[in-house]
Amino acid sequence: MSGSPPSGGPGRGGDTGAGPGQDAGGAAQPGTVSAAIADAHRREWAFVLAATARVAGDLDLAEECVQDAYAAALTAWTRQGVPRNAGAWLTTAARRRAIDAKRRDAVLRAKLPLLIELDPPVASSAPPGAGAGEGGEVIPDDRLRLIFTCCHPALAREAQVALTLRLVCGLTTAEIAQAFVVSEPTMAARVTRAKKKISAARIAYRVPGHAELPDRLDAVLTVVHLLYTTGHTAPAGENLVRADLVDRAIGLTRMLRALMPDEREVAGLLALILLTDARRATRADAQGRVLLLEEQDRSRWDRAVIAEGAALVPWALRGGGPGRFAVQAAIAALHAEAPSYAETDWPQIVALYDALLRVWSSPVVALNRAVAVAMALGPDAGLAQIGKLEADGRLSAYRYLPAAKADLLRRLGQLEAAAQAYHAALALTDNAAEREFLARRLTEVTGTPG
Amino acid sequence: MAEYLILIFEDESAYATATPDVLQQVMEAHNRFAEQVPEKGGKIVEGRALQPTPTATTIRGDVVTDGPFIETKEAVGGYYLIEARDLDHALDIAKLCPARFGGVEVRPIMVFG
Repeated sequence: MSGSPPSGGPGRGGDTGAGPGQDAGGAAQPGTVSAAIADAHRREWAFVLAATARVAGDLDLAEECVQDAYAAALTAWTRQGVPRNAGAWLTTAARRRAIDAKRRDAVLRAKLPLLIELDPPVASSAPPGAGAGEGGEVIPDDRLRLIFTCCHPALAREAQVALTLRLVCGLTTAEIAQAFVVSEPTMAARVTRAKKKISAARIAYRVPGHAELPDRLDAVLTVVHLLYTTGHTAPAGENLVRADLVDRAIGLTRMLRALMPDEREVAGLLALILLTDARRATRADAQGRVLLLEEQDRSRWDRAVIAEGAALVPWALRGGGPGRFAVQAAIAALHAEAPSYAETDWPQIVALYDALLRVWSSPVVALNRAVAVAMALGPDAGLAQIGKLEADGRLSAYRYLPAAKADLLRRLGQLEAAAQAYHAALALTDNAAEREFLARRLTEVTGTPG
Repeated sequence: MAEYLILIFEDESAYATATPDVLQQVMEAHNRFAEQVPEKGGKIVEGRALQPTPTATTIRGDVVTDGPFIETKEAVGGYYLIEARDLDHALDIAKLCPARFGGVEVRPIMVFG
């Protein structure tokens, strides 16, 4: 159906030409159209794919049809103008392709069947502007089903991450491979294996029930947070930040927040990401060199983003027994709202880290707490905590442990020990910007280039 | 409904040294499991315990050797073939499967055709 606009949906009469969903004026400028398509790709991919997967009953077929629909949009929108509701246009087009393909070769297409649970669609879960098709039929919002399927605990974490980027964000395999520093064939194999498991083991395309929701949601939030942190400090390469991954993670979190407005941890994660990302512009200087929190120009932090994040924190903490993302957001809010590094409420931050350790007993959290202890009570107190973590051994490959230790030793004037710790940190660091920072500090404490 | 095999991997030496009281508890746990599966909406098609690995015989090509195919501390000591709606349902059931000296692996049965 290349070039032809989709009808109002399965079984509806043909709605050719610029219907009520189209902008008046017909043909659009090619530049406008490609911009509209890029925009629809970023905003609507998850909605279009999730709704198509339900009809296709097969993730591969759904992907193919959605890609075809985006390609067809280029021709159709150039001729008729960009539709007012691009997501619905694309969904209708993709779903019609899926139905046609299934009719055409029902046997061939049964290779990777997706188990669609036949429960009644949740009323009014469709977001404004995305739910109604060109012909007015309501397209159920399946984005939560899609992301919960991608992040199913029976899939390995790396597969969850890859599937989420591929299916929910619409990134190409090459883009995902690049972000995670693996070869494209490796990433393609990872995605294929995960899709096969979804089909063969019958991982259902559904939102988990009430009893399992907390654990399953935590897996989803962990994947999204991992995307954010991977973008926030790229595992390798020249630049500290991979803005595309950061933006995807923020987009995903906003989507989850809109779809699950009652979940405190979703609000907590959004707050945490916003409060951290508000500092993005100041995390490196004009030469791309890493600047620590205490060196950053606080006047350039994005106050609007901080306000948005901070406003979510009380809500995420309410009702007692806050989750780990809510507590981390509370810590990030104290940092973001402090007038300076020295004037930060360090005792309160230590108390929040204590709360965080209760819900999330991780040596990385304990290391962050040690840094806060050093600020509240002095470097010696912090070093004592770090010493315990070194003895524990679980962080032996974690670059921020020797880096934090080196910094405290430097403050105490123990320059030789500090230099040793900077060497240890450098040996564990691959990011060019972070390496440059550590080498600079090493030079400061030794007086010679390290 | 789909079929899944629950493979029970356990430390055989723990059974070798277990008291009659412990063995009795294990038996009771399996009997309870047989009652719980239908309550969960699933079905046990078949469930068997295996003799320990010293009784196993392995054949590769036409060479016959004494012992299990793979020597491991935790070996398959039994299995259940169950029917469940989907993986979540199967995992829900498998979580109840007794395996006090190890754990279980859930594998979907391949469907041909």
